[in-house]
Formats: sequence, C-alpha cells, structure tokens
Amino acid sequence: MHELSLIQNLLNIVMQSASDNCIKKVSSVALVVGENYGALPDALDFAFHVLTQDTMCAGAALVVQKKPLVLRCRECLAEFSPRGATCRCTYCQAFRTEVVSGRELYIDYYEGE
Amino acid sequence: MKVVLGKDLLAANENKAAKNRELFDQAGILVVNLISSPGSGKTTLLEKTARFLGGDLKMGAIVGDLYTDRDARRLSEAGMVTVQINTEGVCHLDAKMVARALQEMPMVSLDLLFIENVGNLVCPAAFDLGEHVKVAVLSVAEGTDKPAKYPGIFRESGAVVINKSDLLPYTDFNVKNCLDDLRGIKENMAIFITSAKTGEGIDQWCKWLRESKGNMI
Repeated sequence: MHELSLIQNLLNIVMQSASDNCIKKVSSVALVVGENYGALPDALDFAFHVLTQDTMCAGAALVVQKKPLVLRCRECLAEFSPRGATCRCTYCQAFRTEVVSGRELYIDYYEGE
Repeated sequence: MKVVLGKDLLAANENKAAKNRELFDQAGILVVNLISSPGSGKTTLLEKTARFLGGDLKMGAIVGDLYTDRDARRLSEAGMVTVQINTEGVCHLDAKMVARALQEMPMVSLDLLFIENVGNLVCPAAFDLGEHVKVAVLSVAEGTDKPAKYPGIFRESGAVVINKSDLLPYTDFNVKNCLDDLRGIKENMAIFITSAKTGEGIDQWCKWLRESKGNMI
C-alpha cells in the first residue's frame, strides 16, 4: 500500500520540475528502488497508472530499476546479497552486517516534450 | 527532452520529519515511534507504561490506525494525552500526518511522546516521523524468525520489546535463537522481554525510557 504514497511523491516532484522546464507532456519516468523498501513493481505500476490519469504524465511509462540489497560483513568485510530469510554472511556465516546498497529511493530521470 | 533529477522520493517526508524533530527538541520531549505487526500488544504495553511511569512523567500518544479511535480511548483512560490518526487504508504514518496531530498535542506539558504506528512491519520503517528512536515490538505468538524475515525494521530500531512472554509455555518461540538473530542484525540494541498483560519486564522497559529521556539533556 505504501506504493501509492511513493508514487504520489514521485508525481509531485516530476510535475514541479516539468513545469519549471516548460515541459507539457511527460513520456517516461525512471525510478530507482532499493530492495530494502519492499515496494512491489506491479503495485508501483498500478499506482502510477491510477494517479497519472488526467495529468501531464498520463500514458507515460514508469521504468523501475531495482537495486538489490547488498550487505557488508563486519567480520570478513565481504559484500554479499542475503539469500532467503537470513542476513548471515554467505562467506563466513557471521551475522554482523551493515547495509551497502538497497536503501535507494530516487527519481533518476524523466523524459518529455 | 531528458531531465536528470536524482531526487529522493522521501525528501518531502524527511524535511517535514526534521521540522517535527525541531519541535520535539524545543519542547524537550523524548519521542518514541512504536512499530510492530497488528496484535503484538503495543497499546497494552503503553497502558502499562502509563501506569508505571505516570506518577513522575507526563506522557502523550499519537495513535495511528486504519480506522476507529479505540486505542486512543484506552490510552486516555490510562492517563495519556492522546490524538488518534485514522489513515483510512494507508499502511503507515508519515511525517505530515504527525505534524497535523501535533497541533492538537500540548507538547510543552509533556516529557514523553509515543507514536503508535499502524500495525505493519514493512512500510512504517521507510518513513521518518521525526522521532528520536524507533522501537520494534514483537510478540512471542508471531514466531521466533520474525527478525530474520523482516530485518529492515529491526535494523532501524534502537530497541526491541519481545512481548506476551506469559504465552511462552504455549508457543514454540525460542528466546535464545531470537536474541541471537536480533544481535546479529544490529549490535548494541536494547532488548526487553515483557508481558504487558502480567506486567513482567515492564520495570526494565520503563527504566530504559526514563534513562533515554534523562540522556536527552
């Protein structure tokens, strides 16, 4: 459900920028989403479709680029993407980790005329 | 024409959260954002907290639910100043909703403010409300592996309450494994094992709240 709030924020930012740049019609928006946010691509698409109706973004494509969650092990310093339910280091089995990437949530670019 | 933005989607929320945090600091209130699954016992924990600390700390609660004001009524009866937010379907509180609720909250008269988030272990983790600390509440009936399955919220939290300890004899919950998982996700996390129903462990949790409030100054 938080996909709706995220897309509403996205549209506020894109439409403000488009009007600053004298763009009348937006054709695509590229969004980078880290895996840590648990946002579902289908739900993002659906929210985008619903919320863009009757706006300058109507009919635009939403390009979602997912960034996998990457952790760094604090014991052996290896970087890895956790598999399944555990955050354990895949190399040394240690549990102490920090997030390297996967927390991104930003608009990369948009296109329009 | 292609316009490169690189703009954070939650920037508007983060800005609003920073404003909330400024208000909290000016008023000298410690603000705790409570996050859990539905039914973990957040409201009962706060009722017990209100009774335990009510003698010397003035407490308020902003309560987020999809519908109804039942939780706010319960906390008012326990002695807290409450404001209920009904999100009407939205799965998390955001900084703007909290800012609106703060207009109804007599902040200068408070020492501690709890924000009882909408019951959900995923979405609320992404929205900073301006709080000083997030606390994740987990009940033993939910199973040992919740921290390992939903590490995001536990990684963001400064403390964890493992609630409903009175049900331990009736569940497969393994306290040792859960503690190992939690310490693995984040070092130096304060962990409390409580039964909000019987009152077990409430003293330790309240001691931590009192110390955290004391450390603000």
